[in-house]
Amino acid sequence: MPPSLKRTLVVMPAFNEEDSVRKVVLEVLEKLPGISCLVVDDGSSDSTAVEALAAGALVARLPFNLGVGGAMRVGFRYAIEHGFDNVVQVDADGQHNPASVRALLIRLESADLVLGSRFAGEGDYIVRGPRRWAMIVLSRFLSRMAGTRLTDTTSGFRISGPRAVRLFAEHYPAEYLGDTIESLVIAVRARCIIAQVPVSMRVRAGGRPSHHPLKAAAYLGRAILALLFALMRPPVHLHSEPDGS
Amino acid sequence: MSVATYILGVLSALVTLGVVIEMLRRRRLRERHAIWWLVAGSLALIIGVFPGALGWAANLLGVTVPLNLVFFVSVAVLFLVCLQHSAELTDLETKTRTLAETSALQEMRITDLEKRLVEQSHGGPDS
Repeated sequence: MPPSLKRTLVVMPAFNEEDSVRKVVLEVLEKLPGISCLVVDDGSSDSTAVEALAAGALVARLPFNLGVGGAMRVGFRYAIEHGFDNVVQVDADGQHNPASVRALLIRLESADLVLGSRFAGEGDYIVRGPRRWAMIVLSRFLSRMAGTRLTDTTSGFRISGPRAVRLFAEHYPAEYLGDTIESLVIAVRARCIIAQVPVSMRVRAGGRPSHHPLKAAAYLGRAILALLFALMRPPVHLHSEPDGS
Repeated sequence: MSVATYILGVLSALVTLGVVIEMLRRRRLRERHAIWWLVAGSLALIIGVFPGALGWAANLLGVTVPLNLVFFVSVAVLFLVCLQHSAELTDLETKTRTLAETSALQEMRITDLEKRLVEQSHGGPDS
């Protein structure tokens, strides 16, 4: 077992995921022995928290729904309070394969933030229409910004190293798409090193992706807006660094 | 302009100002939220008492129909109040979010501490 697995926290934002959360937690704990798993119950009205506890996860319960960004910041803050070095985000719907966490962790040795990319070769994840265009535009742009090739910038499957954890515990955005796009912009501007690792995605255990053209078009618009706003905001810095605010 | 209209104008301005000041006095309204209402009320009172002031101001600004100046200033005040409210709302949401996160983390700690307390009192839930 790599020692870093012990210092890594899996954060799983979960909103009404009672059908899948137990299975996903059990799989995480089985495939990644020694790792800690924190399920952040994002104001669920079902028994998500009970299922997660039964599976052996730590559970933080938000009093109301904050969205993925809010749930993740709970995870980052918990990691800081309890001395975890790394935080890896895994979706509670079973879309992310816990086995890929090892690959992310290895890549993290020379980076601050590693994205699990669904389009970098492995797996057969396919998206079409405006949603796809949005992803391409975002990827092109953010790749340039980050100075490395990123093919899947809206991926929720990502691991943050110590510097990124400290940054995100304070500045993780709560807005729609903020958890993926704006967080990347924040990280790049705080001089975090971004990298990506190909991962294969699985069909969700519960829920389904939206492929309605209108919804996809709205997604494209909101994604571009989110990116523009993220770029307009003043950059934040890590406090402990000389270039701090 | 008839006397009745004149009185109506002055009275409505006085009522507006009175309500705002009374709410301020009872701490139902904070100063920074009341400022635009006070400005609007005072302007209405000035115009109400000296109707000629409206024509003078419109002339000064080159507004042909004085009433349009009233509409413009009213919309401007409402716009500023709305904008201020949106900003305050954003601020409150940010604070609520932070509180919710803190509450979730503290609940975890409490549960953990309770569990340890039970374990400490010789390993049984007999306390």
